[in-house]
Amino acid sequence: MSVLRDAGTIFRYQLRLLIREPVWFVIALVQPLLYLALFAPLLDRITDTPGFPEGDAWSVFVPGLLIQLGMFGSMFVGFGLIAEVRYGVVERMRVTPASRLGLLLGRVLRDTLVLLVQAALLTAVAVAFGLRVPLVGALITVAIVGLLGVALSSLSYAAGMWLKSEDALAPLLNMVAVPAMLLSGILLPMSLAPRWLYRLSRANPFSHVVDGARAAFRGDYGTTSLLAGLISATLLAIVGLAVATRTFQRETA
Amino acid sequence: MSMIEARGLTRHFKTRTGLVEAVRGVDFHVADGELVGFLGPNGAGKTTTQRMLATLLAPTAGEATVAGRDLRRDPTGVRRAIGYVAQGGATNPSAAVDEELVVQARLYGLSADEGRRRARALRDHLDLADLGERLIKQLSGGQRRRLDIALGMIHEPRLIFLDEPSTGLDPHSRANLWGHIRGLRDRAGTTIFLTTHYLDEADALCDRILIIDHGQIVAAGTPAELKRRISGDLVTLEVGDAAAAERARALLADRDGVRDVTIHDAAVRVTVEQGDAAALVLMRALDDAGLAVASLRVAHPTLDDVFLTLTGRSLRDAEADASGASHVGPA
Repeated sequence: MSVLRDAGTIFRYQLRLLIREPVWFVIALVQPLLYLALFAPLLDRITDTPGFPEGDAWSVFVPGLLIQLGMFGSMFVGFGLIAEVRYGVVERMRVTPASRLGLLLGRVLRDTLVLLVQAALLTAVAVAFGLRVPLVGALITVAIVGLLGVALSSLSYAAGMWLKSEDALAPLLNMVAVPAMLLSGILLPMSLAPRWLYRLSRANPFSHVVDGARAAFRGDYGTTSLLAGLISATLLAIVGLAVATRTFQRETA
Repeated sequence: MSMIEARGLTRHFKTRTGLVEAVRGVDFHVADGELVGFLGPNGAGKTTTQRMLATLLAPTAGEATVAGRDLRRDPTGVRRAIGYVAQGGATNPSAAVDEELVVQARLYGLSADEGRRRARALRDHLDLADLGERLIKQLSGGQRRRLDIALGMIHEPRLIFLDEPSTGLDPHSRANLWGHIRGLRDRAGTTIFLTTHYLDEADALCDRILIIDHGQIVAAGTPAELKRRISGDLVTLEVGDAAAAERARALLADRDGVRDVTIHDAAVRVTVEQGDAAALVLMRALDDAGLAVASLRVAHPTLDDVFLTLTGRSLRDAEADASGASHVGPA
């Protein structure tokens, strides 16, 4: 139980610190809207492209944007941890009897909450722009985004804890993030890809997550796409948490 | 009762240039209520030893009992009983003072209300009374240092580790901090184990000093004992002219307690165990022999003299060596 208690303490502490930064707050809320404003004009005629998946352009792109938000919103939290290591805050907390898993979970929960708010906002604004999505489908997609947030913020913390240097973390994240995004079909659906590229994209768990989110947006709840997406997101979250817990426990034994 | 009992504590680091033996089997104890200082140049192994005792670093070999708990078997028990104040500070500049104090209290299992109550009490004691809502980036260096100490004290530990507590503070803040550190011990009977590379700090503050160099303890004792044991006090008696000084030397050389007598112009310099007590006796002996003493001076050796005698280097030289070499081990 001390895990939950400590996680709650850290969650509230981290959330307060975040909300106090007005610049961050504005960026966090404006960013999803920028995605929409800059992407929406491209959507008008794209559905005529051969190979474009079924559904109108909005319901293809908005889930992609949500997943992108999930990937990129959480991927950089490791930088914050490195700053905390440098301030000595992490070491101070390591000397307390607090649960190591609690120290990690509190931070992951904070990041996930922020992400869920952003995802809900993005969806709401898209609806205002003309997106039509069933409520259940939207909720499932936001849940998938939450799972991605857990996975990637955990992995980012693990990498930050392990590398302890911004200069090393930045290239690592770029190296992982760019191929993961390009091979996921977030920007353009992988159904447009040549065969070899399509096959390659199937090895990327994020591509299944994106397909699952699109299925949820269409309201195709019975499809294997949605199931595969949910399973991929859940596995990513479990792996991320396991890796981060191990790293936290080893680095802070 | 023993608050710290270290037996053969050892820590090696693997670096690109090979194995570094940062701490090579140190044995020592710290009694309940003692204020003990770990004195040595940078890189001597002070911080590494302290980090092992505070559960931050696993020892390569050896064992220790800290506040009655076994360091290896019960690190959580150790953590509950100790406070640790790191050298570089431990606060988020964007957080408010009480925010950090209450979070820290919660992590030790206290309720938020109890945390707030203790935060207020500690702020009162440490000259931070009205700063509860202040953001940490707005505090002065001395205030931040006292907040670090408050964070280490929030759970009322019986033992507190302070790593280089006064580094980076101006002289006024240092003196003020020393007062607070003494206050901790006097008020609550807290055992304090601090590291320092300042001789004056060790001298002014500590009941007992452990001198560490190259990862080994080279001497231990009260500041006075150490100085006495190593070099003795120097009593200088001015007796008019060189001939009188020569007579004085012959007179004093064989007396009990006199270790060494040298002549310096018209003065004799006598090395004795305890200069304050010996000075009058020596003067009277010269007086009785008809030698008028024009002036009398007693010099106590400094800890720098002690360090020089023990290691063949002055602490300042050792410091210069260490800063020239690349930094080894975790900061």
